[in-house]
Amino acid sequence: MSDPVSALNGASFQGFATIREIGPLGMITLRARGLKSLDKAIKAVTGTKVPAPRRIEIRGDHACGWMSPDEYLLMLPYAEVGEAMAKLAKALAGEHHLAVDVSDARAVFRIEGDKADQVLRKLMPVDFDRLEPGELRRSRAAQVAAAIWQQDQGFTLVCFRSVASYVMGLLTHSAQPGSEL
Amino acid sequence: MLILECPYCGVKAEETELSPGYEAHLKRFGPGSTPEEFEAYMFARKNPKGVHFERWRHTYGCGKWFLAARCTATLEVFGTYPAQVSEPPADIIAKIQARRPDWRPDWKDTK
Ligand SMILES: [Zn+2]
Repeated sequence: MSDPVSALNGASFQGFATIREIGPLGMITLRARGLKSLDKAIKAVTGTKVPAPRRIEIRGDHACGWMSPDEYLLMLPYAEVGEAMAKLAKALAGEHHLAVDVSDARAVFRIEGDKADQVLRKLMPVDFDRLEPGELRRSRAAQVAAAIWQQDQGFTLVCFRSVASYVMGLLTHSAQPGSEL
Repeated sequence: MLILECPYCGVKAEETELSPGYEAHLKRFGPGSTPEEFEAYMFARKNPKGVHFERWRHTYGCGKWFLAARCTATLEVFGTYPAQVSEPPADIIAKIQARRPDWRPDWKDTK
């Protein structure tokens, strides 16, 4: 098999916060609602419980985010996706659901440092003073859809791979030294 | 700036996170309807100065369609509610009437 390559090959920028493109990261979109085996299926793949609305459950390098009333985003090491898809299919056999490997359709960024929030405050219509730890917020970064959450003294941002360089440009510009809020 | 609370994910979303879907509670007239009914369904829209019911989509958030009751003249928002209803729920009507005592639902006598 060919080697997976992230959208920007790990591009980074050091401004008043650090911007890093990370990945490739394994990601599975799971559309399901009210299934009796949902807890078991998510536990088998990420080791977490089913997240409450607008929450993300993180366990090491695995996580499960609530995306909408019938959608979850499962995150895991890229190499585990194939096995995880098989686990989901087995756990949810006979129950109405959709699971798709979207690892290569996404780009992931880390925004780190004491002022990491300021980079995002300038770009997103989100009240960061009310953003809670463990909250996954879907919104937009300038003109494109993005999801963010706080993690390890910074933020993780997920967007579509096709707009990765646009988002890197936004984050880089927003983190220019001297442009702190 | 209009701020609407999405009833599905609870985010108080500002307008730029949403897409408009125009008038809510339209009754569809499809195959078998008269040309007049179909024309009205396709083109005739209310344009009130005051209480109005609209569809909105939380496009950049959870992606769901929801409904909102608001005043077109003052932009006051009376409330938002899930889209799986054929007319505004009682609690929304009560909220509107608390603020607009003279307002009456216009769908009651048209059925
Ligand atoms: Zn929503």
